[in-house]
Amino acid sequence: MNKELFIFIIIASVKVLLVFGAVQFMVIAMIWLERKIMAHMQVRLGPMRVGPHGLLQPIADGIKLLFKEDIIPQKASKFLFILAPIMTVVPALVTFAVIPFGDTITIFGRSIDLVITDINVGFLYVFAVSSLGIYGIVMAGWASNNKYSLLGGIRSSAQMISYELTLGLSLIGVVMLTGSLSLVDVVNEQSTLWNIVMQPLGFFIYAASAIAEVNRCPFDLPEAETELVAGYHTEYSSMKFATFFMAEYANMISVSAIAVTFFLGGWQGPFLPPVVWFMIKLSACLFFFIWIRSTYPRLRYDQLMYFGWKFLLPLSLLNILITGLIMVIKG
Amino acid sequence: MESYLFYIVGTIAVLAAVYLIFERNPVFCALYLIQTMVCIAVLYILLEAQFIAAVQMIVYAGAIMVLFLFVIMLLNIKGDEESKRSFPFRKIPAILMGIGLLTVICIILKSKLLQGKQDVYTVAHIESLGNTQLIGNLLFTDYLLPFEITSILLFVAAIGAIMLAKRKL
Repeated sequence: MNKELFIFIIIASVKVLLVFGAVQFMVIAMIWLERKIMAHMQVRLGPMRVGPHGLLQPIADGIKLLFKEDIIPQKASKFLFILAPIMTVVPALVTFAVIPFGDTITIFGRSIDLVITDINVGFLYVFAVSSLGIYGIVMAGWASNNKYSLLGGIRSSAQMISYELTLGLSLIGVVMLTGSLSLVDVVNEQSTLWNIVMQPLGFFIYAASAIAEVNRCPFDLPEAETELVAGYHTEYSSMKFATFFMAEYANMISVSAIAVTFFLGGWQGPFLPPVVWFMIKLSACLFFFIWIRSTYPRLRYDQLMYFGWKFLLPLSLLNILITGLIMVIKG
Repeated sequence: MESYLFYIVGTIAVLAAVYLIFERNPVFCALYLIQTMVCIAVLYILLEAQFIAAVQMIVYAGAIMVLFLFVIMLLNIKGDEESKRSFPFRKIPAILMGIGLLTVICIILKSKLLQGKQDVYTVAHIESLGNTQLIGNLLFTDYLLPFEITSILLFVAAIGAIMLAKRKL
């Protein structure tokens, strides 16, 4: 094998392992943090018994789920039932392939970009991959052969189609300003001014539709536990359930990473190293998710649809129009 | 390398299409169709058309097929019920239409008229300009009329859908 190719493969695999390792670690950390932060917001203590301040709780939970009996309902469609959790978690993780998390660094005289791959249609890639995430939930809902699961699956497909549209349109303004679909270019463009200053409306629309897209409170209708038991994952137990859980958190991290890349300047920032800046901004976005969850009650289904189609969609079109107008006027 | 990938992905695409035709359960049919769509997106990437590949994934594999699945699940169509209700002599028109479609495809593949410009858009040229920029330029210069006609067609279809839905309200 030729030497350059060999080095390329080694660098690429190290980057892939690092990024996915970091994401997995963040998922585990998020589970603990969410329980603790929500508990303190509601004047509770949260998990306290396993380890100091319940720090080992996620590991205990993980071991519990691993040893639980794995149940597949008798009348379920077995193949799809097993495939569904995999189909939710893979798109959630694959999104990170195009997100730049640091500047170019030099190791042993070789410059390495801190992004797994920089493709010229990165923006579209993110949406192509995230639009496949719906299928896992829909499959889970249908394959379980359970009415609650089916309702959850149908709800989530309607919700995610509606909000995917505004999610994409909210970022068009940034793409217009940058003039490129590559995420690396988007970050480089923000070295002086973050896009949130130029696109406040776009950021608001993105934040609202991103929460809906990952099925988080107040848009968590697909798994609304007060009406649908647990929605699409009612019939799931053991590690398959854990996979759904992991996918939800990985999705949260990926939409936050996109928000950081498109609106909050990516890894740009003074004094601290770029990767640290990226992590700080990412954590702030994730905290925002938890904050929202412990603040707002769940929307009703018709309110959700009304909000998506009659408020957010016209607003996002208006945002594109205004951005275009200003760009034409400024020349 | 590329030709091997082409054969692997092409085989999967054709197999999924065959399964799609012979599968009784509508949900599985939709899933096989998604499989075919994804394989076609991979073929576009092999042809250095990343933009079209991404759009193929977003529009066909992402949006349209989710709607298909949504409708199938909402109506909860079962394979057996569906075949009983359909009209008896459907095989004959289906075969005739299939033959018709095949002839049209063959004519398009063979005719010089419908082939694009050759030797202009080589891989090197596309990479120097950028995939998206090239398509954008072409859409708003050489192919402006077909582009506008398509948008009007979509607009009319949207109005038609609203009319159909409103009548039932």
